[in-house]
Amino acid sequence: MVSRRNNVFANLDWLVIVLYLVLISMGVINIFSAEYNETTKNFFDFSLRSGKQMIWISAALILALLLLIIDSRFYLYFATPLYVIMILALMAVLIVGVEINGAKSWFVIGPVRIQPSEFAKVVTGLMLAKYLSGPNIKLQKIKNLIISGVIIFMPAFIILLQPDTGSTLVYFAFIIVLYREGLPGILVAIGIALAILFIFTLLFDKLIIVASLIFLAFIIYFFLEKRKKYFLIGAGVFIISGILIWGVNKVVMDNKIDIYMSLLLTISFSSIIFIILSFAKKIKYIVLILAIMAGAIGFTYSVNYFFYNILEDHQQKRINVVLGIESDPLGSGYNVNQSKIAIGSGGFSGKGYLRGTQTKFNFVPEQSTDFIFCTVGEEWGFIGTTVLILIFVFLLLRLLVMAERQRTPFSRIYGYSVFSIFLFHFTINIGMTIGLVPVIGIPLPFISYGGSSLWAFTILLFIFLRLDASRSEFL
Amino acid sequence: MKNQFKNRKFAIGGMLILIALIFIARLFYLQIINTSFRLSAQNNVIRYVPQFPARGLIFDRNGKLVVHNEAAYDLMVIPSQLSEFDTLGLCNILATEKKEFIKSLKAARAYSPYIPSTIIKQINPETYAKLQERLYRFPGFYVHTRTLRKYSYNIASHLLGYVGEVNEKDIKRDPYYKLGDYIGKSGIEKSYETDLRGQKGVKMYLVDVHNRIKGPYQNERHDSDPIVGSNLTATFDADLQEYGEQLMLNKIGSIVAIEPATGEILSLVSAPSYKPSLLVGRVRSKNYLMLARDTLKPLFNRALMASYPPGSTFKTINGLIGLQERTLFPSTTYSCNMGYHSRGLTVGCHSHRSPLDLPSAVQISCNAYFCNVFRNILDSGKYTDIHESFDSWRNYLLSFGFGQKISLDLPNELKGFVPKSSYYDRYYGKKGWSSLTIISLAIGQGELGITPIQLANMTAAIANRGHYFSPHIMKEIAGGDDNTESFTKRHDTAIDSIYFNTIIRGMELAVNGQAGSGSTARIARLDSIIVCGKTGTAQNPHGEDHSIFIAFAPKDNPKIAIAVIVENGGFGARYAAPIASLMIEKYLKGKTKNKWVEDYILKTDLIHGKQEK
Ligand SMILES: [Zn+2]
Repeated sequence: MVSRRNNVFANLDWLVIVLYLVLISMGVINIFSAEYNETTKNFFDFSLRSGKQMIWISAALILALLLLIIDSRFYLYFATPLYVIMILALMAVLIVGVEINGAKSWFVIGPVRIQPSEFAKVVTGLMLAKYLSGPNIKLQKIKNLIISGVIIFMPAFIILLQPDTGSTLVYFAFIIVLYREGLPGILVAIGIALAILFIFTLLFDKLIIVASLIFLAFIIYFFLEKRKKYFLIGAGVFIISGILIWGVNKVVMDNKIDIYMSLLLTISFSSIIFIILSFAKKIKYIVLILAIMAGAIGFTYSVNYFFYNILEDHQQKRINVVLGIESDPLGSGYNVNQSKIAIGSGGFSGKGYLRGTQTKFNFVPEQSTDFIFCTVGEEWGFIGTTVLILIFVFLLLRLLVMAERQRTPFSRIYGYSVFSIFLFHFTINIGMTIGLVPVIGIPLPFISYGGSSLWAFTILLFIFLRLDASRSEFL
Repeated sequence: MKNQFKNRKFAIGGMLILIALIFIARLFYLQIINTSFRLSAQNNVIRYVPQFPARGLIFDRNGKLVVHNEAAYDLMVIPSQLSEFDTLGLCNILATEKKEFIKSLKAARAYSPYIPSTIIKQINPETYAKLQERLYRFPGFYVHTRTLRKYSYNIASHLLGYVGEVNEKDIKRDPYYKLGDYIGKSGIEKSYETDLRGQKGVKMYLVDVHNRIKGPYQNERHDSDPIVGSNLTATFDADLQEYGEQLMLNKIGSIVAIEPATGEILSLVSAPSYKPSLLVGRVRSKNYLMLARDTLKPLFNRALMASYPPGSTFKTINGLIGLQERTLFPSTTYSCNMGYHSRGLTVGCHSHRSPLDLPSAVQISCNAYFCNVFRNILDSGKYTDIHESFDSWRNYLLSFGFGQKISLDLPNELKGFVPKSSYYDRYYGKKGWSSLTIISLAIGQGELGITPIQLANMTAAIANRGHYFSPHIMKEIAGGDDNTESFTKRHDTAIDSIYFNTIIRGMELAVNGQAGSGSTARIARLDSIIVCGKTGTAQNPHGEDHSIFIAFAPKDNPKIAIAVIVENGGFGARYAAPIASLMIEKYLKGKTKNKWVEDYILKTDLIHGKQEK
C-alpha cells in the first residue's frame, strides 16, 4: 500500500497541480476585489464571497486528496452505475429541487446547496470514455454514434428542463472528444457549414442568402464540370426560367409574387429541368449540388422559424446583440457593454488591485461569478488578461499532451473530456465578457465564485490526474 | 497502440491556439487600441444617465386637457465620488435641514458607494436654478430631471389614478423599471401605463474625478433618445365629472354615467373623493398616509369596489325576466293590500291604487306586484325544481353583467355577488327552501351585491333595449394601435328587445307620471327631456338605508345612462333621483335650470350630521 501510494504521488503531474493552485488563487484574489469597498474589512471575512470561496477551496483540496487515493480502476468499473445514479439525481432535482435564479437545479440539505448538473459533466465524461473504449466500438458505425449521442445528450436534455441553458450547452463540448475518436470528418464539416449558415441567416436578408446559395452552387458546378457546355446550358435554363417566371408574375399575377418567392420558383422550376437533363445526359454532381442547396435553403427556413418562434425574446435579443443587429445598452446588451467598458478601461497595465471603479457592485451584474474576467481586465489590464489566458492555454495544452500519452483508450477519452469541458467554459465565458459570443451564464473554471462549480472542476481534473499517475499500470 | 485519428490532436490543439489568439487580439483592441474604453485619467468613469420621457397627456372626451406635466429636479449623489464639501453651504442653497441632509447621505452610502442615490427629491425650479450655478463646487452630486403630473381640473382622482415610485415587485415583474422610476399605480395611469410612460432613453457621459462631465461617451454612439409617452383621450366629460363631484360633496356614495351606445364612461364619481394633486411630488407619501387613515376612506373607489343590494331598481330586471319567461305579460294585474302576504309572511308596501298592471307597478314600485312576478318565474312548472329555476333566473342576471368584473380598463374592480342555488342549500338544506324563502330578491334586497358600475351598466342595457357594451374609460390613444375589439363588442342580454318597452314605459311614468298618480320619482322630471328612471332603497342594517336611482335619457335614442347611490340617504327619491336628474340635464343641456333642486343637493351634508330634511 505504502509503496503504491508513493508511486501515485511520484507519478503525479505536478505541473498541472501548480497551474491549478495558481488559478484558484487568482480566483479568490479577484473575487475579493469584485466585492471590495472602503467598508470591507478583510480578506478572510466569511460573510464575504472571498471568505466563503476560501472555505470552498479548502474543501476542494481535501476532495482532491481523496480522489488521488482512490484506486484508478474504480472509475472504469463504476462508470455505468455512477451514470445511472447521476441521471436519477438530475430527474430528482426536477421534482424536489429548489429553484434559485429561475432554474430548479439545486438540492438543499441544511446549509449545503448542491447543484447536481455541475457534477453530471464528470460522470458523463467517464461514461463516454467507458463506452467508446469498449471492443469494436467505431464512431463510423451509425449505431455507436447514436449511443454516444444518447450518453452525452440525455443529461443535457434533463438539465435543459430545469431550465439551465448554459449548463446544457456545455455538453456540446463532447463533440471535440468524438472528433478525436474518429467522428467522420464530413459530419464535422457539415456541422461547421450549418453553424456558419445559421449566423448568416440571422445577419442577412433571406433574399441575399438564397441568392448567394444559388450563386455558390453555380460556382461549384463550374469547377466540377469538365464539359463546360453543360454549364452554359445550365446557366441558360436558369436565366430563361427566371425570365419566364418574371413575365408570368408581371402579366398574370399583377406582380403579386415578391422577388424572394420568384427566385425560389425559378430555382425549383429550373431544378426540375436540371434533374431531367442530368439523367438524360448522365451529368454527374448536379443532383448532389441541388440537394445540398435545397437542404441549405430549408435549413435557413428552419433557423428563422426556430429563432422567431421557439427562442424567447431575451434569448433572441442576446444573440442579436452579439451579432450587432441590435444595440440595446440598457437591456440585454447592458452586461456586455458594461463588461467591455470595464475591461477596456483597464488599459495596458490596469488600474491596480482593488482600484477598479467599473466592476464594483451592480455595475456589472454577476460580477464575482460569470463576469469575474472583467475584474481581471479592469484591475490588471492587458497584461493580466493575457497572462490569465496564457495560463489557461498552458493548462489546456498540458491536458492535451497528457491525454495523448495515455495508454488506454478509457483514460485518453476521459482526458479529452476534461480538456473539452475546460476549453468550452474558457471560450464561452471569456468570449462573452469581451462581446464575442452571446451571454451564456457559465463560470470560468477555478476563477469564478461558487462552491459547486469549483468542486466539479476539481473532481473533473483530479480524476484525470489520478488516471494519468497510474497510466503505466493499465496494460 | 496505433490510432488512425492521432493526427486530429493537431487540429484540436490548433483550435485552442486560434481561440486564444483571437481573445488576445480582441483584448489588445479593447484595452490598448480602442482608447475610448481606456479613459485618459485613471479614475474616470462612465455615467449612465437615463433620459425620462414626458408622460403622455390625458384629455377628456371633448379634448379638454386634464392631466399634463411639469419638470421636477432630483438631487443625486454618488458617495464614492464625494470629497470634502461645504455641507452647510449646500443645505442653504437647497433650504434643507443639515441634520436631515446628513442622514440621507448616510443612507445613500449604506445603499451603495458606487450607485447613484437620490438625496433630495423634486427640487423646485428656482432652487434648481441657484443650485445649477454652484454644482461644480460639490463633486459627487448631480441633478436629474424628470416630470411630475399636474392637473388642470383637480378632479377625477379615482378615474385618473396616480403615479408613484416603483416597488420591488414592479421591478421584478418588468425589468424596464429601475429603482426610483415612476409607474402608474391606479386608474388610467395604471391601465395604460405602457402607453403613457413612453420609452426611457439613456445618455452616457464621461465624468472625471471632480464629477465634471467631460463630454458624451463615444460620440453618443450608444445613446438612445427617450420616446415621449402617447397622449390619451379619456371617455369622461371633465365638466360633468366636476359637477358630479360637487353634487356628491359631503355625501358618501357614487355616480356612474355611461353612454349606452358605446359603453363609454361619461363620469365616475366616488365620494368622498380627494384632489389628485394631493398625490403628486414630495407631499405624496404624507398625503397618502393621511388619506389612508381617513375613516371615510376617500381612497376607496366605491363606484367599482362597494357592492349594495340594488333595491327596487331591480324590479325592472325581474319584470323583464318574467316577460321573457312568459310568466308575466304587460297587462297582467295583481292587487296589493299594503303588501304581499303568503303563508304568514308579509312583504310590506305603501298605500296606492290597486290592482296594477306592469307599467304602473314599475311606476309606483309596488312590492306585492313583483313578489308575485318573482314567485311565478321560479314556480312556473317549466323547471323540475327550485334549483333549476333559480339557476335559470341567475343566468339572466349574469347576462346583464352582474357577478363579474364589467369594466374593460379600470383596475381593482370587484365582481359583486349573485348567489347560486347551492348557496341556499348550504343555509337551508337541499329541500329546505322555496321561492318564498328568498322572496326578498323580488324587490332587490337580500343576498345580492351589485356595484355602482354594474348598476349603471344594467341601466345602459335597458336603455339599449337588451344589449350593452362593456364600460370603459379609454377613448383614444394617440398613435396607438391598441386592441380595441373588446370595446366595440356587443353583449346581448338574455332578454329579447321586444320586452323592454313595457318596462321602459313604467320607468317613464315613474318620472313623468301625473301628480297624484303615485309616480315615485317626479323629482327627477325635466322639462324638455323624457327621463326614464327607477328609484331604489337598499336596506342597510347598520343605519339609514341607501338612496339609489337609475335613469337614462332621452327615452328614445338614449345618450346617457346613470346610476346614483347615496349611502344613508334614505329613499331613492330623496337624494339619488335629483342628483341623477341634475347630471342628465348638465350633460345633455350643458347647464341646469332647476336651481332649487341643485341648491338643495349642494347644501345637503350627510357626513357632518347637519342633515337637511
Ligand atoms: Zn303595492
